[in-house]
Amino acid sequence: MTASVEQLVVDLRRALSSKRVRDGRTELSLYRHDASQLEGAAVAVCFPTTTAEVRACVEIAARHGVPFVPRGSGTGLAGGAVPPDGAIVISTTKMGEMLSVDVAGRRAWVQPGVLNLDLSRAVAVDGLHFAPDPSSQQTCSIGGNVANNSGGPHCLAEGVTNAHIIALEVVLPDGSVTILGGEDPEPDGYDLRGVFVGSEGMFGVTTAVCVRLTPNPPAVSTMLMDFETVEAGAATVSAVIAAGIVPAALEMMDRLCLQAVEAYIHAGLPIDAAAALLVEVVGLPHGVEVDAAAITEIAVTHGVRTVRTAADDVERALLWKGRKSAFGAIARIKPNYYLHDTVVPRAKLPEVLAKVYEITARHDLLVLNVFHAGDGNLHPLLVYDAREPGVMERVHAAGDEIVRASVEAGGVLSGEHGIGLEKRDLMPLMFSAVDLQAQGALRDAFDPSRLANPGKVLPSSAGCGDLHVGRAVAEGAWI
Amino acid sequence: MDLTAFADEIGVEGPVTITGLSTRGGPVADVRVIGAPAGIELVEPAEMIVSCGAGTMVAELDEALLPHGQCVAIPPTGTVGGALATGRSGIRRLGYGPVRDAVLQIRYVSAARDVVKAGGPTVKNVSGFDLCRLLVGSHGTLGFMGDVILRTRPRARFEQWFAGQVDPDMVMAQLYRPTSALWDGATTWVLLEGDPRDVAEQVRLLSLDVVEGPPVLPDGGRWSIVPGNFRTLRGRFVVEMGVGVVHHEDPAPARLVDPVIRQLHRRIKDAFDPQGRLNPGVDVLDR
Repeated sequence: MTASVEQLVVDLRRALSSKRVRDGRTELSLYRHDASQLEGAAVAVCFPTTTAEVRACVEIAARHGVPFVPRGSGTGLAGGAVPPDGAIVISTTKMGEMLSVDVAGRRAWVQPGVLNLDLSRAVAVDGLHFAPDPSSQQTCSIGGNVANNSGGPHCLAEGVTNAHIIALEVVLPDGSVTILGGEDPEPDGYDLRGVFVGSEGMFGVTTAVCVRLTPNPPAVSTMLMDFETVEAGAATVSAVIAAGIVPAALEMMDRLCLQAVEAYIHAGLPIDAAAALLVEVVGLPHGVEVDAAAITEIAVTHGVRTVRTAADDVERALLWKGRKSAFGAIARIKPNYYLHDTVVPRAKLPEVLAKVYEITARHDLLVLNVFHAGDGNLHPLLVYDAREPGVMERVHAAGDEIVRASVEAGGVLSGEHGIGLEKRDLMPLMFSAVDLQAQGALRDAFDPSRLANPGKVLPSSAGCGDLHVGRAVAEGAWI
Repeated sequence: MDLTAFADEIGVEGPVTITGLSTRGGPVADVRVIGAPAGIELVEPAEMIVSCGAGTMVAELDEALLPHGQCVAIPPTGTVGGALATGRSGIRRLGYGPVRDAVLQIRYVSAARDVVKAGGPTVKNVSGFDLCRLLVGSHGTLGFMGDVILRTRPRARFEQWFAGQVDPDMVMAQLYRPTSALWDGATTWVLLEGDPRDVAEQVRLLSLDVVEGPPVLPDGGRWSIVPGNFRTLRGRFVVEMGVGVVHHEDPAPARLVDPVIRQLHRRIKDAFDPQGRLNPGVDVLDR
């Protein structure tokens, strides 16, 4: 350890406590990566409990001229929380307090380390929930959701995280503390709250979040529909949306995924179908009934084989378990997987899915598709055995082609996982040099020193450390 | 849409201002006045998107979307660019969300005459920093919008306004997601959408009568308050319940701005328009 790193750790310990600043080799190795396959190397991991302590960490980083990386639960899939070499990791896991809940105003102030599902559970008694529901919701934190502008199956009708954030208390990279947005609807000036959401830790650290809470619907209808072709399922998706119905969720699973999940949870899934749709309609009883009937009729005209409607909450939970446990189920096929996240226009789903199958077959890889069909958000899961020589090269080559095919079809690089390191160098596929310059200008306005999570999102930015694909595969990942 | 001519008009030198229907109060004096290109480019009901020039009238968009049973969640009071530049929502914000959530992509012309793309064409996108949200409500101080892609929403199959002398808190607690709820200190108005049977069942427990529409809104000032503080309001007003926008007879009281926020604004403006040539005289923190 160099003298300057030693002094850095001393300063951090003085500001926090020696227990809440870790620099042991084993501990640092735990923070080398998030749920992606990329690695960096931090020099210290801090566990602040208050805004003042976060501010102290940021100020010490600035004084020493070292980068810092805010980190939630580390479930990110794009390498956004991977530390640049020499960085301080500022973990928010010990900032897990629900600060206040305003039931009538349908909002709550929470610390960033509160877990997504814990928030919804805490307000369930009041008939409310936090709408964004990433499949990692048992583990991912609200602060992480803010950094990545996270999504989830129920973001089809409700929108992703940005639509559910009212205000943020943040520590800016120069150590100043302020509130972005406000509890009133039209704070003066630019929508700094809106640009901070999804800034992947590059604009500062979130220390408190005012979230919008959504009333639980009085009626819910959940249907599983299966099709003989992927095209028929995808055409049903487009037809439902074109009919002016936006279900709460509209998910698709392909055959390999259905088979893997069924072997895992025995939910009676149609394993001989080419594709299945999981459709959920929520609202008031008559409206739900009418929409569910209309969706069923559309599915029938597109050749649906069977429509299974969840009879009760138990069956509904089982169907959702099938959707959300795909990542666990695939361990039965191969030990490793790489998950992608792109969005295409809904009408292009059949075409791009066909390309995904073609690309993976050409690279001799298995692919499962389980995704948010309603908003065209693809999640191809490439499954493989990392011990196979040369397989990683094929996985990365196939992934790259899938992303390119999505953008060529009029889509975008990421729907909900973010850019991080994983897709940083693909940004020029979507954005010109002047587009990227404008994004860089915004970043520099928030962080002129470029010490906040440098090297992410924007290609070839200054201050990028040595980052490389790790040998070890991340232990957990969610879709 | 080809934005070359629009970009050429903006050029690289001299103060320029953009105007839609001049609802902002007209252009700043002694500058070149520019209007954004108008016209609908693409209506894609199955994707629930529409693309158009920023100079297009919102009402024209709604007319084009009507046959498809869709609309945009932007108040139909002027041009699309004007609505986005001010970022002011209509009285259906409670149900439809703020204007900023309706924007998917904006192509704007920068102070250096570059055509810059913010966001992307799909309904879900987290690729890069969210410049669209920076531009919505920026009053043309960071770039002039040329064309946009907006998210559409389905029109309700049925909608009805109701009103009565009912406590607004009770109305908000009893109704499942009303589209709009207004209160003037005595009367509560609500707009309900959906299946007519659901709407009837929703209002059954409340003493609300069918009415033609919302009340006339006082237009002395548009206040923004924490929604729970509505009982402190005095004078003639109509407050949007659950939202906190107040249509008041008096101008909105001045508010203090945190110096940190002021400094961030200055840095953003300097980065996007170093010469201060875009909409000179407009300060988004002091209006």
